[in-house]
Amino acid sequence: MERGGWWRTIPTESLWRNLGLVGVLVVLFVIGAIIRPDLYGDSDWVVNNMLVILQQAAAIGVVTVGVTFVIIGGGIDLSVGALIALAGVWSTTLATQSYGAGGMIFAAIAVGTIAGAVNGLLIAYGRLVPFIATLAMLVAARGLAAQISGKQTQVSADQFINGIATKKVAGIPMLVVILAVAAALGWVLLNRTTFGRRTVAIGSNAEAARLAGINVRRHTLLLYALSGLCCGIAAIMLTSLATSAQAAAAELYELDAIAAAIIGGTLLSGGRGTIVGSMFGVIVFSTITNLFAIANLPTEVQNMVKGGIIVLAVLVQQIRFGSLTALFRKP
Amino acid sequence: MTHSSRRSLLFGGAALGAGAVLAACTSNESNNPTTAQTKGAEASNPNVAAGKAVTIGFSAPAADHGWIAAITNNAKAQAAAYSDVTFKQVEAGKDAAAQRAALDTLIAEKPDVIVLLPHDGKELNAFGLKAMEAGIPVVNLDRAFPDALAYRLQIKGDNYGMGVAAGHYIGKAMKAKNVASPVIGEIAGMDELELTQERSKGFADALKTYGFKVANRRAARFTADTGQKEAQNLLQALPKLDALWNHDDDQGIGVLAAITAANRSEFIMVGGAGSKKAIEDIAADKSVLKATVTYSPSMASSAISLGRLIAQGRGMADLVELQVPKEIILSSETITKENAGTYLKLGF
Repeated sequence: MERGGWWRTIPTESLWRNLGLVGVLVVLFVIGAIIRPDLYGDSDWVVNNMLVILQQAAAIGVVTVGVTFVIIGGGIDLSVGALIALAGVWSTTLATQSYGAGGMIFAAIAVGTIAGAVNGLLIAYGRLVPFIATLAMLVAARGLAAQISGKQTQVSADQFINGIATKKVAGIPMLVVILAVAAALGWVLLNRTTFGRRTVAIGSNAEAARLAGINVRRHTLLLYALSGLCCGIAAIMLTSLATSAQAAAAELYELDAIAAAIIGGTLLSGGRGTIVGSMFGVIVFSTITNLFAIANLPTEVQNMVKGGIIVLAVLVQQIRFGSLTALFRKP
Repeated sequence: MTHSSRRSLLFGGAALGAGAVLAACTSNESNNPTTAQTKGAEASNPNVAAGKAVTIGFSAPAADHGWIAAITNNAKAQAAAYSDVTFKQVEAGKDAAAQRAALDTLIAEKPDVIVLLPHDGKELNAFGLKAMEAGIPVVNLDRAFPDALAYRLQIKGDNYGMGVAAGHYIGKAMKAKNVASPVIGEIAGMDELELTQERSKGFADALKTYGFKVANRRAARFTADTGQKEAQNLLQALPKLDALWNHDDDQGIGVLAAITAANRSEFIMVGGAGSKKAIEDIAADKSVLKATVTYSPSMASSAISLGRLIAQGRGMADLVELQVPKEIILSSETITKENAGTYLKLGF
């Protein structure tokens, strides 16, 4: 404090990174306005479009909260897309639907959490590498989802579930509210609780954390269960959006969630990351998808740009903000 | 310790509760399309009479999509309708290489005929040649082999024709409404598949005959969630729309959800493939979905029937030819409110 001045209290690095991502969003907005001035000139349309972007970011955003925890804790979860599909399919089968919206929500969250806990058990107590354990879960969960659904699209007839996606709270879509709550809870859990501090400690150095008295195994199990829980919530959100669930749904969500976390500044090697950064990462991707649709550009171009942005974001962060933060570092 | 025990108890209770609910879960049993999509014993059809006992080997990708599921279900049900057919299914695995390996084991068992829906016709072409050289006739289903020597019969849907049918329906509807330059959207399926490209080309070609073109085209992944997402973005890009073609009725569930959520109804929509739900929606006429163009999985039932005839050395009863033809392409029909009742039994 005495050497660096007041700015040392600000988390400088993540602030710069988030400002960078806000810059990216501004640039994307300007590009949109140049391509389609007819649409971007209409303020009602602009507001509505922003809500659409946020709504599309909602389900993947909730998953990203869980994935961010797992990565900060030094792990990786490749199974999230498959877990969403499994939880979604399970909650929309006819038998489950007959229990009503409560039964469907409970089934989705229970299936997601239990499957996530299985990941955690395999990794923490079975000593499987996270990459392998969650890869195996990815394959198995998709298989189970296909089996349960009979490979058929499971249409949701529940008006409450289907209505979640169309409801608004004070003009804000319900899905965006759910994301905001999930992100806020995630932020509190990471920054204001022992659980969060332990997650960072384990991700930084698991052995040191163990020697410091942290039950690393149990904590690891809880991290993957948390990721699964987020998948269960996302499954309900996705079911509500598409009024159905399918074994092939949420394809490649794992890559989107991991990429969003990394763009938001989460270190793949663990020990560092922020929920706010991850949320910015998700919104950047959602904005790109939206912009490309408005510009009528094909999906493959969008995927190429996505890949480019991931590389660029990491490079820029390493080179630029890395050197900027060095300015504030102790000599 | 007390905390830990209480936590364990709560966790155990939750797990048991979840188990109780989950154990009660079964799949949507109402989605069983097979009975209507197979051909039962009809006294008037001489080909139904039992002939030489034959073994039909079968393989289709285990893709988690309603249409593929219907293909396998139809094949099984059609084979079961014949007393002289033994049905031997092998898993197709996750890709073309896995399917080739599975089919190699099938050749060793020497079935009388092999019916297969390849992961990819080009990649399975060599297998077709190998089976044919081994004296086992191959009936290729849906995804064409480039080499004519690789199959005895090819039976498939008309992807280009689907696009043409959708294009003509929209073209005529726009002309009838006197819309001079309509805004037309398209939600395609997986862009990397040749069948998607064929569908889009047929659509564009048919629209061109009316002087129309597609204003915005998004490619989804044949799933409801991707359909919803792409449709939501497309609707943002086109604040006013006159017509929309969605290639696949499964992903159409999501497309319709996006349309309902956006509270849009100023346009007409045409679907693709002919799912039961889409036909029911068309018949009810309560949404923008006014028609769908068929790409029926009933072709699997036909493939089994014809494979049986090939193995027995018989021809098709209504044709003069003594043998089954080399190629059959189903026509893509347009289902509207007027004829939905007739097609409902073919919905999958």
